[in-house]
Order: sequence, then C-alpha cells, then structure tokens
Amino acid sequence: MTVNPFVLVDDLAKTYGATAVFENLYFTIGKGEFVCLIGHSGCGKTTILNALAGLEEASDGVILVGGREISGPSLDRAVIFQSHALMPWMSVLDNVAFAVRSRWPDWDKAKRRAHALKFIELVGLGNAADKKPAQLSGGMKQRVGIARALSIEPKMLLMDEPFSALDALTRGTLQDEVLRICHQTAQTVFMITHDVDEAILLADKIILMTNGPGAVIAEIVVNTMPRDRNRADLHRHPHYYRIRNHLIEFLVDRSKQFDRSTFDPRKPKFTTPGLDTTTEEKQP
Amino acid sequence: MISSLRLRAAIVSTALLAGFLLLWHLATLGTGVVADVDPEYARLMGATAVAGKSAMPGPMEVLGKFWWHLSHPFYDNGPNDKGVGIQLAFSLVRVLGGFGLAVAVAIPLGFLIGMSPLMHKALDPFFQVLKPISPLAWMPLALYTIKDSSASAIFVIFICSLWPMLLNTAFGVASVRKEWLNVARTLEVGPLRKALQVILPAAAPTILTGMRISIGIAWLVIVAAEMLVGGTGIGYFVWNEWNNLSITNVMNAILMIGLVGMALDQVLARLVRLVTYPE
Repeated sequence: MTVNPFVLVDDLAKTYGATAVFENLYFTIGKGEFVCLIGHSGCGKTTILNALAGLEEASDGVILVGGREISGPSLDRAVIFQSHALMPWMSVLDNVAFAVRSRWPDWDKAKRRAHALKFIELVGLGNAADKKPAQLSGGMKQRVGIARALSIEPKMLLMDEPFSALDALTRGTLQDEVLRICHQTAQTVFMITHDVDEAILLADKIILMTNGPGAVIAEIVVNTMPRDRNRADLHRHPHYYRIRNHLIEFLVDRSKQFDRSTFDPRKPKFTTPGLDTTTEEKQP
Repeated sequence: MISSLRLRAAIVSTALLAGFLLLWHLATLGTGVVADVDPEYARLMGATAVAGKSAMPGPMEVLGKFWWHLSHPFYDNGPNDKGVGIQLAFSLVRVLGGFGLAVAVAIPLGFLIGMSPLMHKALDPFFQVLKPISPLAWMPLALYTIKDSSASAIFVIFICSLWPMLLNTAFGVASVRKEWLNVARTLEVGPLRKALQVILPAAAPTILTGMRISIGIAWLVIVAAEMLVGGTGIGYFVWNEWNNLSITNVMNAILMIGLVGMALDQVLARLVRLVTYPE
C-alpha cells in the first residue's frame, strides 16, 4: 500500500429509498495499479464506476483522486463504456479527434488528427480510420473506444466490462493489448468484470464484493503472479489455480454467506492466494 | 429480385394509368348528336347541350392544356390571368417563408423542451390545446392583427408547420442515447458544443422527419389559405378557374399541386436520408 494512494474511496454508499445497494466501501488504488472489481449482478458495480467517473452521485461518502474530492466528470478519468458508445455519425478518426479536441481545444485540425491517428494506430486500426462505426466489428468498435479513452492521456482509465459483449477470441486478443498498452503507459486502471480469468490476467488487485442489496467489499485479493504475465502461459504458473479457485469459491459460496460479525469495512481483508496458502485457504 | 420487383411494379403502375386514362377518355367522349339545332344556337349552347358531350374535360384536353401551361408558365396578363408558374412561385414563397419561420422557432424551442423535463411538462398542456386547432381558424385573427392578407397566409403556414417540427425536435433531443451524453460529459464538452456536435446529429433524423411532415401539411394548407385570402397563388388559381368554369384548368392545378407537393416531400426525404446514420 502506498502512503498516499492515487484514488481513495471513503465510506461510499448508494441507497435507493431505504435499501442500500452497497455501503461502507473503503478501498484505494495506487498510481499505475490495475484494479479489477468482481461481484454478482446487483451489487452496484456500475454505480461504483460511475461514481468514480463522476457521472453518478453516491448517496454517501467521498472519493479522492490525486488528493482532491471529485465533483463530476473529468478529462483526467477516461471511461471505456461497455457498449463502446461511439458516435455512429462520425468516422473512427472523428470519434477520437472529438475527444482530442475536448482535451486540447487550442490545437489546430492537423495536430488533432495526427494525435488521434497515433492512438488509432496504437490499437491497430490505422487502416480503418475513415470508416464509420457501423462498418466495424464489435471488437474493432471497442478498440476505437479504447483509443478514444487513451487519446486524451488521462490519469486513470475506468472500464465497465469492456469485453463482455465480445466473442472469446476477440476478447483474448484485446485483453493482451490492453495489458500491453497499460503497462507501456503505466496507466492506473479500475475495471469491472465478471470474468475471473480476465481479472487474473489483468489485475494487480481484485476487489471482491458480496451480493447486494447492502453489498460490501468482502476482501481484496492481491495477484501474486509476476507482472509480465501473458495469456498464453498464465495457467502454467503455480499460483494461477490457487488464485482462480479462491475467486471462484468466493463467487459461488462466500459472496452469498458473508460473515459480517468480524468484518471491519474500514480495513478490507487482503488475501494473497498462492503465497500464504496455509493461512488463507483454510478460512471458512 | 429487387430490380425485377421494381420492374413489375412499374409495369403495373403504367397499366393502371393507361386503364384510368382510357376509362376517362371513354366516359367523356359524348354520345353524338342529341339535338338537331341551328348551328348558331348550337355554338351558343356549347358541345354539352348539342353533342351530348360531357362537361367534364377528357384526358387529351387536360394534358393538352397541361402542356400549354408548361410552355407558358410565366406570362402575366393582369391580376386574374397569370401563368401557373407565377402562381406556384407565389405559393412556394409563402410556404417556404412560413416554414422557415417555423424552423427558426421550433428547433431552438424543441431543444429547450427536449433538454428540460420541467419545460416539457410546463409547456405540454399548451401544445395539447394548440395542436388540434385547424390552421385556418387562425386566419381571421391573423388578418385582424397583421392587417395584410399575404402575411396572414404566411402566418397560417407558420402555425401549421410549427407543431410537428416542435414535437419531433423535442422528442429527438429527449431520446438521444444516454451513453453519448455520458461520453460528452466525461470529455467535459461544453453545452454549445454538446448541442451542436452530439445532440443535433443524434436527433437530426427525427428533427428532419418532423420537418418533412411539416412541409407536407404546409403544402396542404396553402391551397385553402390562398382560396381565402385570394389575389395570387395556386390556391387562388384553383378558385379563380372554378369561377371561370374552366374544369380543365382546375384539373391542371390539381395535378400541379400534387407534383410540387411530391417534389417538396422528396427533397426532405433525401435530407432525412442524408443525416440518418446506421448503428
């Protein structure tokens, strides 16, 4: 844990009437860290992400980014939407250039285009820059969404199940690319997923949420595998199945029957499956 | 398959038209000599009385006149005898004037209503009352306040084209996808840029569809309005030719009104297609 985390979520809660979707959320994200959030539907994952993005207001609690409380959306926190959210009347280049112009309104057109093209090429779509989103496959559209988010050179990326609408092969390729790009640019990332393997591949820390309503953070799993992992030989690493089993076990059993008697929301339990198997895996 | 369908449809259309023209021709041929009268008296009475000829002109007569109108569109022999081109031009200017004014009001107001649920709820009862009023019902009020018949016709066109455009704009703006607005929000896009570069293109197909409905209604209403205010315009032409008992010219005018209305609709349809985006 860093002393001054880049993102600090303090006692976040969202309530509708008398029911809390989630409550007492405390977690931090360090600079350059890749954090995944896993939980079943209805635990308010998207609401948490929207709160971090500044698109939605939480009912309680504060979020500090870079030491300052957030008060609405910001170009510093780019969002990659689940449904890519490209403007269908703009070409790929225009979609990205639209974002670039928002960040640097003083740039002239040529400079905007060049900057946008750089990021379109980064996601491997150099040849499709003049196409409209409707002419692209689902995976390509999501790449444009990623290029758009990266092009404004944000301080952090927020991803809401970005690959869930894609087929398995495309998803794999894109995960590799996101991993490569994020490590290259040392991006701070917060990502929602329901795919355990995706979380293990991408995340440094995996936040596990109990089922809603009244969802809380059950524990935070630290990925104990080396950072230069890749999808092809991930499963050969000795820690892989320990982490995976730990996560699956949580999603299947413990997310429902979470024991709150010894639970301190301010200090979510950190587990390191793989390193301290003897202590962690024997817990009920 | 599509081209053959189109071809077959064209064949059927042509056959229907030919059949209609033939029936029309036969029905207005006349029954031959019905009374043997003095030729001078016969000239006085016209073909209807002496040759059993129907007063309804036949297709050849109408089409001949149509050709004549096409070749003499812009002559001007005083207030009661102007080329049909001039009359159509008067009507078009009024329609486009009223329509243009309606665009200038409906688009900004539609944006306001579409973006503000408060304004939507507050203004809705007024629209519900004003929308079903026949535009011609405004005519006396317009004549009294504006005191100019031509401007009153434009006002009537303005009123009738306002509602479809206003309601469609408001609907289009209100139903812009939340995710596009969220993109604009996370990119900290200013309100004017958001309106022009996100909401306007997103709502453009709906807005232009409203304009297409409006121009259709405006073209329907202008004929009636000009019959009332008189002086110029294709509506006045129809009424004037009725007073002249020239059914041929009335039919010609009806055909012209249809053709111009179709052209206006096609222009807007093309514009709608231009701004429609595939998703």
